[in-house]
Amino acid sequence: MLNYIFEILPSLLSGVTTTLQIFFLTLIFSIPLGIIAGVGLISKFKPLKAVLEFYVWIMRGSPLLLQLIFVFYGLPMMPGIQIVFPRFDAALFAFILNYTAYFAEIFRGGLQSIPNGQYESARVLRLSYWQTFRKIIVPQVVKIVIPSIGNEVINLVKDSSLVYVIGIGDLLRAGNVASARDVTLLPLVLVAIIYLALTAILTFILRRVEKHFSYWK
Amino acid sequence: MLELKNITKKYGNRTIINDLTANIKDNEIMCIVGPSGAGKTTLLRCISGLEKIDGGQFILDGKQFDPTTSENNVVGVVFQDFQLFPNLTVMQNITLAPELVLKQDKQTAQRKAQELINQLNLDGKESLYPYQLSGGQKQRVAIVRALAMNPKIICYDEPTSALDPNLRDEVARIIIDLKKTKVTQIVITHDMDFAKKVADNMLQVQPIK
Ligand SMILES: Nc1ncnc2c1ncn2[C@@H]1O[C@H](COP(=O)(O)OP(=O)(O)OP(=O)(O)O)[C@@H](O)[C@H]1O
Ligand SMILES: [Mg+2]
Repeated sequence: MLNYIFEILPSLLSGVTTTLQIFFLTLIFSIPLGIIAGVGLISKFKPLKAVLEFYVWIMRGSPLLLQLIFVFYGLPMMPGIQIVFPRFDAALFAFILNYTAYFAEIFRGGLQSIPNGQYESARVLRLSYWQTFRKIIVPQVVKIVIPSIGNEVINLVKDSSLVYVIGIGDLLRAGNVASARDVTLLPLVLVAIIYLALTAILTFILRRVEKHFSYWK
Repeated sequence: MLELKNITKKYGNRTIINDLTANIKDNEIMCIVGPSGAGKTTLLRCISGLEKIDGGQFILDGKQFDPTTSENNVVGVVFQDFQLFPNLTVMQNITLAPELVLKQDKQTAQRKAQELINQLNLDGKESLYPYQLSGGQKQRVAIVRALAMNPKIICYDEPTSALDPNLRDEVARIIIDLKKTKVTQIVITHDMDFAKKVADNMLQVQPIK
């Protein structure tokens, strides 16, 4: 059995690499974009706000799986547009679009939970808007949103397995292929263990981050 | 001297302050008293530039003055609920604006802050966060934070309302004591005893029917 595990491990590990690539690239793009969109969602400029609300509604209101299929199989069929993404880019595009919407909502909530008095008290001290944002608002919002961001980060690890449907060789696919070929359950068990290990590591890191911010209330 | 000339303030089409005229002399303690809803907080928000006035003008030392745009820090405010920055220590709360706005270097800002901290009996609390302070201590930090910007005028909205009744005399003592720093103080209160204790001058405001 140990021999068998070592036999399939390389393909599982290459699957993990793909999974982690999607995971990190999605986070790297969608967190900053989510901050920007979150600020836009509380903007007083109505058209911008309306467009962003519509975008968030679409992204959160429909399944990520559908969005993936739409980007990869749907866009090339669209008359007049015919955007063809390579598989990996299509997956990344759909994930970034989807997760940006979730992060935007989280940041919007965080921003709105800062009482107006904080802005006013900064204003009578003559701090500029940017200084207020950087020194007072952002640190408070970060602390508020970390638990929700953490939830989404854990979800992202598991959601990344959806790329399976557009034929990307991620961890789940690697396990499933081995399991079907060799008619054994073992690869799937290994896949489960790897996912659990990944989420356990992330949970640990997130706890540490939360703890780091517990020096004030 | 700060002169309020025919100040009018409306919210929508409701007039809150109508044609108010008053003089506030340098270094005096002016108490603004009146029943709830009379527009005391609104007046303070106008003086400190948080609200635009709809009519009249402010004149500071003979020159017209617009609190909403004045670059330099003329008016400091101690809010009813203090509004300290919870993510910053006592020292950082105090030195933030002097460093960023007045461009003081860190040492200068901290040295000045320390003087005020000692003066208001906050020594030893420099590295605590606001949640670790009592109400009275929070208020004193808010006062120091306002004073650190060297304002000409400092406004208090209901300085006794968020505190234990037996801290009232302590607040009165602090306010009277601050006269020696030459700052002009405007105190909003509906506590007449307190007003009588600290006021050099009183301004009555009444709700507009
Ligand atoms: N942002 C606002 N928009 C509309 N109306 C307002 C606003 N703020 C205050 N008002 C109204 O203005 C009036 C005066 O309010 P203000 O808070 O200035 O009274 P106050 O004298 O400070 O009362 P209190 O002693 O209860 O604090 C009230 O009738 C209030 O409803
Ligand atoms: Mg009031």
